[in-house]
This record gives sequence, structure tokens and C-alpha cells, in this order.
Amino acid sequence: MSQSTSAMGNEKIKSSRRKFLKSAATLAGATIGYSWLKSSQVLLFAAEPKDESLPWYGIVIDIEKCIGCGSCAKACKKENDVPIEPFFFRTWIEQYTVKNDGSVNIVSPNGGIDGFEQTVPDEDIFKSFFVPKMCNHCSKSPCIQVCPVGATYDSPEGVVLIDEKYCIGCRYCVQACPYGCRFIHPVKKVANKCTLCYHRLKKNLTPACMEVCPTGARMYGNLRDKNSELVKFLKEHTTQVLRPNLNTGAKLYYNALSSEVR
Amino acid sequence: MKLYIPPQLTRLALAFAIFISLFLVLRHFLVPDTFGQYGHYRGASLIDNAQPEIHYAGQQACFECHQDIQDLKAQDVHSEIHCETCHGPGQKHVLSGESSDILKPTGREFCGLCHAMNAAKQKNAVFQVDLKKHNIGKNCIECHNPHQPWEMKK
Repeated sequence: MSQSTSAMGNEKIKSSRRKFLKSAATLAGATIGYSWLKSSQVLLFAAEPKDESLPWYGIVIDIEKCIGCGSCAKACKKENDVPIEPFFFRTWIEQYTVKNDGSVNIVSPNGGIDGFEQTVPDEDIFKSFFVPKMCNHCSKSPCIQVCPVGATYDSPEGVVLIDEKYCIGCRYCVQACPYGCRFIHPVKKVANKCTLCYHRLKKNLTPACMEVCPTGARMYGNLRDKNSELVKFLKEHTTQVLRPNLNTGAKLYYNALSSEVR
Repeated sequence: MKLYIPPQLTRLALAFAIFISLFLVLRHFLVPDTFGQYGHYRGASLIDNAQPEIHYAGQQACFECHQDIQDLKAQDVHSEIHCETCHGPGQKHVLSGESSDILKPTGREFCGLCHAMNAAKQKNAVFQVDLKKHNIGKNCIECHNPHQPWEMKK
């Protein structure tokens, strides 16, 4: 009596297990089949098509024109809702003062937003100049290479952007950027940086820093268009990128860049 | 002759098949739809990045109403300076039309951001004033019209 009931129980278990395995296999097969049909690139995302019809943005900063007024840094914070704490900047200005004894004095109080004062007396100054800094929008950028989740990328227009929904806030990119252009947003807890005002570019507006620059020291343009203002400027001036030895493919060119700039 | 496959190999193969399909199934649900559309990132993120509201309206938006200032500005050295450099972000003002939504900065410190003397400024880049000597105690706009700085007020 007891034997027959246990045998029946086994039979039941076996049949329900078989049923479960069958339906699980069907479900898995269907999912795999569907994802395969949806796109043929289920496993590999190596190819990065570059759309030739889109602009390929580059930036020029003319050090000779910069007067260190801080309009760019202020406008950037307002346009992009960058936290007001003095150590978060998407763009900022540094004042370099090379003294007669060869030492270099570099200051950037509040990123230059409140203006600069020359603390070195005139007779000690060998030369002095302002260097606005921002994301170099590198075409071989270290920050993209170290991102473990694919949350930062080079857009088809050559703008290095962050996917805020995908970023896990691991800070690898902050450490990888040789120009110190990234920070962790204190509220969103994800990486943040200059987007070349991507939201403005898409509305045919100039980036906020370039909109407000009173001397026109900042310029952006299409590197693919050989007749653009930017390419003309690059042809006619001696320009250099920061840290060319690192081979980051930086697309931010400085005019009249001194060797003291780091 | 029939090829002999040891049962442990069959089981191993089965285990592999299960794990690989499990991986592919999980992957299907975990990888976002647009990932890989343009490269190794979520394609929809491009749209997300284009979404934020603008705060700076751009000079053309200002000139649509303030034609008079455009004409005034065009005659003097501040012609190349866009309105929002001094007046701050203007999109809110463009939408509301309220004059309280735009900045009207005054004071020596504000003008000094550009015009204060500093060895780091190129001589020809901007007209520089020694704020410690130039008409101390007076506000810049008492003599200069910011839109037309060299038309002195009497």
C-alpha cells in the first residue's frame, strides 16, 4: 500500500520535472532565437561606424585673447547645473605666472569665476598668461577605454559624453583623465564632465562658454569641413594640444601655448 | 563501429549548453535595447544628452526684442560681446518677459573682471584700468554706458 503511493508520487514528480524542463528550454530557445533575429550583433559591438555626414567637432582656445574674466566658467556652471562648490568644474581658468627666477606660479581661485588678482609684483614677472581648461574631447580618450560598463563614449560627432543612467560611479574615468576634466557629481553620484553643451549643439546654439566669451578666445567647429573657421584658424596659427606625448588624440587646440602649461 | 562517448562528457556538454543558454537569456534581458546601435554604448544616451533645458538663449533671441540695444552696441567697442556675458542666462527672461528674470550687474568689481589691470592680460586684448587709481568711489556706469562705453555721460 505504502509502496504503491510512493511510486505514484515519484511518477508525478518526474512528469512535472519533465514538464518544467521542457517549458524552460522552450522559453530559453525562444528568447535566444528572438534576440538573434532582432539583430545579428548579439555578441560583438566592436565596429563603430562614423557617420561622415555629421560634423566632427574640434575646439580652439586662443591664449593670447583670454583675459581671465571667468565668464566661461560661470556660464558653464549655470547652463549645465554644475554644483556650486568651488571644486567642481566642467571648465575653469588657470593663471600662469613665470617669474624671473624661472619658477612658475599657477593659481585658479574658484576656477576664475570671481576674477584674478596678480599677486606677483610686476618687476618679478617674466611672463604671465591665462589658460582656460576644459574637456579635450579626445578621439582616443583614456576615460572611454577604462570605463568598465560602456557608460562613457565618443559620440558620432566626436563629443565625449556620459550615459548617466548607465554609469556606476566607479571613478575609473576620473583617475584616467590626464587633464583632470572629470568629477563625480555629488548629487547624481555619477561621473560628470564637459559635453561641449551637446544639448545646445543639437539646437544649433553655441556652447555656453563660447556664447559668453567677451574676446572670442574660444571657438568650436567642424574638423571635417576644410573651409570652416576652425580649420582656417588651425592652418594660420601655431597650435598645440595639451600633453601630446600621451597620444590621447585631443581635439582641443591651444594657440600660443607655452611649455610651462601642464 | 559506434563511437563511445563517456557519460561524463555528455553531462559536461549538457551543463555547458545550459549555462551558455542561461547566459544568453540573461543577457537578452539585461543589455539595453539600443546598446551597440552606434558603438559600445547605449544609443538612446545620445538623446538623453540632448534633452536638458537651455538656460542661455543666445544673442539672436535677445535681438528679436531689443533691436535698439543691438544698434547702440554695434557702434562701439562692446559690439562683439554677447548680451548674456553681462546679463546672465536669459532663457527664463525670453519665456517670461519679466525684467526681474535678467541680471543687470553694476559695480566696479563686475567691470573689473574684464578691465582690471593684470599682467596676465595681453595689452591689446582688452582696455585695462587701474581700479586703485581710476575715479575712486565712483561707479563705472556713472560715466560709461555699458552698451556704448566711449559715449561718456556728462
